[in-house]
Amino acid sequence: MGKIVPLSGNSAVAYAVKSADVDVISAYPITPQTTIVEKLAEFIANGELDAEMIHVESEHSALSAAVGASAAGARVYTASSSQGIVLMYEIMFIASSLRLPIVMTIAARALSAPINIWNDHSDFMAVSDTGWVMMMAENNQEAHDDVILAYRIAEDPEVLLPVATALDGYFMTHTIEPIDLIEREDALSFAPKRKTWFTLDPDKPVTIGALGDPQWYFEFKRQQYEAMKKSREVFEKSVDEFAKVFGRRYGAVEYFGDENPEVVLVAMGHVVGNIKAYLSRVRGKDSRAGVLKIKLYRPFPEDLIVKYLEGVKIVGVVDRALVPGSASPGPLHSEIVATLRKHGVDAKTLSFVSGLGGRPVTHEHIGVMFSKLSELKDKPASELPKEPLFIGVRE
Amino acid sequence: MPSWKELPIGAVILEPGSSRRYKTHEWRTLRPVINQDKCIRCRICWSYCPEPAILEVDKPYVTSTNRRYEITYMVDYDYCKGCGICARECPVKAIEMVPEVR
Repeated sequence: MGKIVPLSGNSAVAYAVKSADVDVISAYPITPQTTIVEKLAEFIANGELDAEMIHVESEHSALSAAVGASAAGARVYTASSSQGIVLMYEIMFIASSLRLPIVMTIAARALSAPINIWNDHSDFMAVSDTGWVMMMAENNQEAHDDVILAYRIAEDPEVLLPVATALDGYFMTHTIEPIDLIEREDALSFAPKRKTWFTLDPDKPVTIGALGDPQWYFEFKRQQYEAMKKSREVFEKSVDEFAKVFGRRYGAVEYFGDENPEVVLVAMGHVVGNIKAYLSRVRGKDSRAGVLKIKLYRPFPEDLIVKYLEGVKIVGVVDRALVPGSASPGPLHSEIVATLRKHGVDAKTLSFVSGLGGRPVTHEHIGVMFSKLSELKDKPASELPKEPLFIGVRE
Repeated sequence: MPSWKELPIGAVILEPGSSRRYKTHEWRTLRPVINQDKCIRCRICWSYCPEPAILEVDKPYVTSTNRRYEITYMVDYDYCKGCGICARECPVKAIEMVPEVR
């Protein structure tokens, strides 16, 4: 066990990046991510981390430089939020298609307009189709640990995909919690630096980023699909070993609540903690309710979702992002519905959209959600609302 | 053609210079055909071809009117994309664009 120190979420992430002994950091400041790379700059200035810090002119360049450094064989890190993440969008596809094991932290924040620097999952969800492995933490310790897990998964020769780890802006990035620090030695023994991918080496020249015409492109997409699938197994192996080494067990999904629940809320990020607290304190442990946290968003852990939601009467999905016009305007709800339908699980679902633009999801809101679920749990699916319920908006 | 399982990942190309084997003529719908009798060896097609797919070959040619040239202009059909610039620029209309049919 390492030292336990009080750290903000962003500092917790920065300490993990330092322990991962990254070679290159390329980033552009944006709230609420800024203090991650600020802290890293401080580590480099103090001689605590031997890394190259590349100051770039935009997030598009930040990820482009990361792609170049990773192609040269470096262990690379970057971080961003909101507008910065969506400015990286183009390069995110390139990073995953070139199979470069870049690790990036998303300090989750709303997207403009109106300009909003506070937390929701708009940025995270907006880049969920870019071919990156994606996970989201519930607390600062997890955000710290996720960085080490991310390098282990990204650089696994069977995966070789970039990994995004997310933490909620402000609610976590700027909130101080006690952190059990992973020291460099332990981090590097768990996630050793090994050049498992093709790199630009003058002694062994290769071409990276060439044209792939209609005779070739499809095959590489098929490979990418397989790598993402493989990352699911590697994730499981990695969290198992992580638990053995560090004593903290994470799951692609984590369930908390009644052993035989009738109603379950599905959520991501810090709100999961609020729901747990609500279930423990307000509702009491005797009710047949629970919360299912989704930690791993890509690849979406269908098998475990089926395992936990089979037999549940009604599932409420809390989305902190909104996709107007979609069959399900809550992106997480959309994934859950697809999973249940695909696997023939007949649990009913209800979509809750809540906490956009930093509005807190309070116990009162969570209470409304559980009441709705209880009210509708025995109704036929045809009588359920077809549109999301907006919890906490002024009507 | 190799299956997706046989290819190196990330569309990385391991063999230097392998693009030489990539023949881009597949894009062509019209092929330029040079009438060697009409051609006056002015070199305009050679200089306008963006590819370049007009080859200047040291190969003597005698026309039907017994005029002897020391060079011959030929089309590199492996790389000609059929843009037709050569035919348009030819001052004596010695190049005809013929539809590609297989």
